[in-house]
Amino acid sequence: MVKKTLSNVYMTLIFLFLYLPILVLIILSFNDSKTRVEWGGFTLKWYIECFQSETIMTAFATTLQITVISAVVSTIIGTLAAIGISAMKAKSRAFYLGSTNIPLLNADIVTGISMMLLFVKFVDLGFVTVLVAHITFSIPYVILNVLPKLKQANRSTYEAALDLGASPLYAFYKVTWPEIRSGVFSGFLMAVTMSLDDFSITYFTKGAGVNTLSTMLYTELRKGIKPELYALSTILFFTVLLLLLLVNYLPNRKKSTTVERV
Amino acid sequence: MKRKLIVFGLIFTFAIASLSACGDNSSGDTGKRSENTLTVLNYGKYMDENVIKQFEKETGIDIKYEEYESPEEMYTKYKAGAIDYDIICTSEYIIQKLISEGEVLEQDYSTLSNYSNLDTDILKLAQSYDPKNSYTVPYFYGTVGIVYDTTKVTEDEVSSWNCLWDKKHKNEIIMMNSVRDAFIPALKLSGYDINETSEKNLREALKLLDKQFPIVYAYFVDEIGDEMISGNAHMALIYSGEAAYAMDFNENLAYTIPEEGSNLWIDSWFIPKTCQNEEAAMLFLDYLCGHDVGMANFEYVYYASPLTSVVEALDEEVRNNEAVIPSKESLAECEVFTSIDDEKTALLNHLWQELKSRTVQ
Amino acid sequence: MNKLKRQLLAGPYLVWIIGFIILPLLMILYYAFFDENGSFTLEYLSHIASPINVHAMVLSLELGVAATVICLLLAYPLAMILNNLKIKNQSLIVFIFMLPMWMNFLLRILAWKLLLNKNGVLNTVLMSIGLEPVMILNTPAAVVFGMVYEYLPFMILPIYNSMARIKKDYIEAAHDLGANEITIFFKIIIPLTLSGIISGVVMVFVPALTSFAVSELLGGGKVLLIGNVIEESFMQGMQWNAGSSLSLVLMIFVMVSMTIMNIFDKDGEGTAVW
Repeated sequence: MVKKTLSNVYMTLIFLFLYLPILVLIILSFNDSKTRVEWGGFTLKWYIECFQSETIMTAFATTLQITVISAVVSTIIGTLAAIGISAMKAKSRAFYLGSTNIPLLNADIVTGISMMLLFVKFVDLGFVTVLVAHITFSIPYVILNVLPKLKQANRSTYEAALDLGASPLYAFYKVTWPEIRSGVFSGFLMAVTMSLDDFSITYFTKGAGVNTLSTMLYTELRKGIKPELYALSTILFFTVLLLLLLVNYLPNRKKSTTVERV
Repeated sequence: MKRKLIVFGLIFTFAIASLSACGDNSSGDTGKRSENTLTVLNYGKYMDENVIKQFEKETGIDIKYEEYESPEEMYTKYKAGAIDYDIICTSEYIIQKLISEGEVLEQDYSTLSNYSNLDTDILKLAQSYDPKNSYTVPYFYGTVGIVYDTTKVTEDEVSSWNCLWDKKHKNEIIMMNSVRDAFIPALKLSGYDINETSEKNLREALKLLDKQFPIVYAYFVDEIGDEMISGNAHMALIYSGEAAYAMDFNENLAYTIPEEGSNLWIDSWFIPKTCQNEEAAMLFLDYLCGHDVGMANFEYVYYASPLTSVVEALDEEVRNNEAVIPSKESLAECEVFTSIDDEKTALLNHLWQELKSRTVQ
Repeated sequence: MNKLKRQLLAGPYLVWIIGFIILPLLMILYYAFFDENGSFTLEYLSHIASPINVHAMVLSLELGVAATVICLLLAYPLAMILNNLKIKNQSLIVFIFMLPMWMNFLLRILAWKLLLNKNGVLNTVLMSIGLEPVMILNTPAAVVFGMVYEYLPFMILPIYNSMARIKKDYIEAAHDLGANEITIFFKIIIPLTLSGIISGVVMVFVPALTSFAVSELLGGGKVLLIGNVIEESFMQGMQWNAGSSLSLVLMIFVMVSMTIMNIFDKDGEGTAVW
């Protein structure tokens, strides 16, 4: 009994640690005061102003576009690559995995600058360069989520399906896909999260007039952040929360899938 | 499976909605630029949004507006040749560097219809980096001084830069986290010019900074105003405009320039070599020097404006606030930064890192 | 034949690797070894051992290790508790720990500053119950705090995953054979979660070692890590060559620590970082 209480207290403390800043931001989004340091009463005006500000909405839209496109593209390339890598011999596999680790291990700023150095040699910086950069640092997350699933998957069932006359595509869809699905999904989710949270790489690879929420926020730091951004973050946070609840509490799920190896 | 599809679906609808909502203005695509575009690069939060919109409406010129945080970042991005900017606003010492590198186009700015609105005193001061006023047009200016909490620090104390070394205020002093600004008090106290570059003399100043390090609460750039508003320190080295902003929110705060003298900074516009649309750039500059636009920007930025009509239109109280509009006397006590070459910049940065890593010899 | 076909699926990725991973890396190498005039030099590399860099490297190591150890100590008990909850849908756990990351990092750190400030929420609460205020901001401790906050989920998830995979039979068998809780913990649970621990350690240690934003935001400009030195040489001094050579060293450093961890991680399960 004591043990149970203790674990509950401990768990609560950790959650508090992770979610306290978010609570602060949510409270600030309702704060009717120009500076962020004092409470000036409850207001909803930041929510209204946030939707009226063209800069914020444009940055928000750019962020969404980059996040979604980069996550989808990197999920496709990454999943295909993982399937390819799993069929490789040790040597080429080591090459692929080694290269995959590079963007993960490099300091963000180094990745960002090295890409900028490359891009400026060939094209103008702009929306596309940011997108390419985001895809690049997202692919490793997908691969590393899918690969362990492929390892666990039973190769012989796929080959058996082929022997029984199934087309490779059909065999993939019926046999391999169900096994790696959860890995692909968590890879996609990681890609979305990383892309949303990135600042350094975006900063160096973006062109004039292209702003994501992160880069806009950074320039905002100069003179205090607009409370509208707290409002937008709060909306974003609850949207994700809603999606999460939807995913987990909709009826019908036979047996929980295997552990997500994130 | 179904649930996952729903999530994917939702995210997609989200994205597609946003794509269609702003497909025309957001993506700022690479490559093609339309005839009538002006790519503007400016400090963050340094222009009223409506000013830009108004200009677009009046002239039909499309503005691509880009912001940056520190002039060094701007310089890095500019020198990387990443983007062809048409017009840029930045600090005088960076402009001077760019002028010496041949990156700035010379113009006859006196042809601008609103040019006469610029304060001739400021133009004269600007000649220290732009001798013929032919490369730049001043945008905002100000001083570097001390903002202090009048309930904790007396006016007498802050009359000298020595106050920043007073152990009485341990952990209550905020310094600026930029090399050249942070060196101002130390150089002045050691009896040198703020543009000192000899290694021996800089090291002497560095010793002072090293002595100060243990009593400094933090080295900040942007947060100084907010930190002072919330009463986290007794005093701070600060830009005058930032002090004016802080004083607006906390009436216990005051601003002063110590008697040893300080730095006067001027942020100016220039047209870089990469400019593709000089005509529009000139038009934009002229527009910025007009009274109404100047006023709107002043109210938004709240730094000292070099436009005489704007200053004249201000209330007595605002005009006499040293943090908003520096008096002619303090202008006389202040020097403008001159640019220093790459080698000396590297030296300064090195000294700064020595200070931060506590390896000063 | 079939295997070859499958390997071809990695084709697009190969193009991507060459174009956007290897080529940019070569740019860094180029800047580390060639000066403005394009001639080969070891000058930049020789600066690496300067007192500033050594000091920054040592401090980064210290703070990185501290953050990793604290994360491990916080995460391990939590993973056990979560595992005992027997939540059916384990992806829920993943979501809960990733969710905070959907709020911008800069904003979240900013919120911590508001909480931990001299006159912040935490100190107001502490003082109202008669306790001494905490002055943690702008110290190395604050930087460690920020790192723990930012990277804790990366420690929790792999440990939790490896723990969830332990078969109940092992523990029951050990019980039947007379092992007590402590023996079970050290002889069964820890060895079986080792790959998770190693993944977690790598995932926390590497970003903590290379980070510059946390120290900038919470260190009050008084904590100079190797990431800050690199950032400053690129951003402030235009010393791309020096910055590149430093990043090169940092990369080698990270790879070495990865290799060491791989040696300990014999079954290779943890190598995939996740």
